[in-house]
Amino acid sequence: MPEPSDPREVVVIGSGPAGLTAALYTARADLHPLVFEGLEAGGQLMLTTEVENFPGFPQGRMGPELMNDLRKQAERFGAEIVTADVDRVDFRSGSPFTVTVGDRDYRARTVIVATGATARWLRLPNEQRLIGRGVSSCATCDGFFFRDKELVVVGGGDSAMEEATFLTKFATKVTVVHRRDELRATKIMQDRAFANERISFTWNAQVVDVLGDEAVTGVVLADTVTGDRRELRTDGVFLAIGHDPTTALFRGSLELDDAGYIVVREPTTATSVDGVFAAGDVVDHVYRQAITAAGMGCKAAIDAERWLGIDAHNW
Amino acid sequence: MSSAKPVTDQEWDAEVIASDTPVLVDFWAEWCGPCRMVGPVVDEIADEKAGTLKVLKLNVDDNPEVARKYRVMSIPTLMVFSGGDERKRIVGAQGKAQLLAAVEDALA
Repeated sequence: MPEPSDPREVVVIGSGPAGLTAALYTARADLHPLVFEGLEAGGQLMLTTEVENFPGFPQGRMGPELMNDLRKQAERFGAEIVTADVDRVDFRSGSPFTVTVGDRDYRARTVIVATGATARWLRLPNEQRLIGRGVSSCATCDGFFFRDKELVVVGGGDSAMEEATFLTKFATKVTVVHRRDELRATKIMQDRAFANERISFTWNAQVVDVLGDEAVTGVVLADTVTGDRRELRTDGVFLAIGHDPTTALFRGSLELDDAGYIVVREPTTATSVDGVFAAGDVVDHVYRQAITAAGMGCKAAIDAERWLGIDAHNW
Repeated sequence: MSSAKPVTDQEWDAEVIASDTPVLVDFWAEWCGPCRMVGPVVDEIADEKAGTLKVLKLNVDDNPEVARKYRVMSIPTLMVFSGGDERKRIVGAQGKAQLLAAVEDALA
């Protein structure tokens, strides 16, 4: 059933830095955006601790606090935020579009997609079985449960270094398992990890199985050069092997690239459907920063306003 | 409107194990982002199921004993108890519909 005030001028799907910045800008342009923040509201920053590289916070800022503030800032100007996952979108007949949540249809003249990306798993059967029993993709959520234990972190990028460093607050020993012989992480993050006495590195190794009945007891590693296999005892496995764009909802209705990211007409945020815009990690597989996502969210808001024929005077 | 009631290590046996009605427990902590998302959903369930389901929340920071006993290694974790036994364990943030379905399933 349609809601009475439809169609909305703007519906935003997602509530990370991109979605909330789009909401803030369109709210300030008096477009009363409706935001579906989803069950992973706040996005990946909700899973971080200190964010040290968001401009304007010389002492750093806690990720969840930053997102709560951004949410409040958008609400202050009239953004309406709903904690629900979108089940379906229908872009086929053009604007106004239909966005379905449960048994309710919302119509929108423009849609801003900012659904972000989610952590990637190894997709091993035993890994999936042991999620929550020693397998995790969120060090800040689950590190607490591994006091005085030994852990494995899989990955070689910034998030792997961040997780490993964070986990040494609890664990006595953290082994970073990386499939290559050098890290992708930035120098500052590498230096921090190398300097940490509790962190060691296992190079050229891939986790091919996770061991344990009720809880994780170890992993099986395969050497990426020789193929040799060996077991490594561990109490927990934290994955930090990258992210995949959250675009299942849009398959078949928006043009996606081979890796599943939404294709936009640079330098704008216009997607393959006229009136639908996209911003943040769902588009960007290059930069993937909170600040770049927020910047794209701002662009998407301005693109949507222009598309609606409004040249907002008060950005 | 009723909402999830805090429960402690000390109250666990009386509130959960000896409960006449089925119990849903939300294991959470302040520093857990996804827990803050699930909290309001659990409160809604407490309100809707008042009388038939007891809904409690256990802060794992303040109450490590129960979390250790049940080998909780990730939060949010929600557990359904009936007759003192664990019937269902749900790990990670889930939507209201999924949570309600899991509760129904556990008590069926």
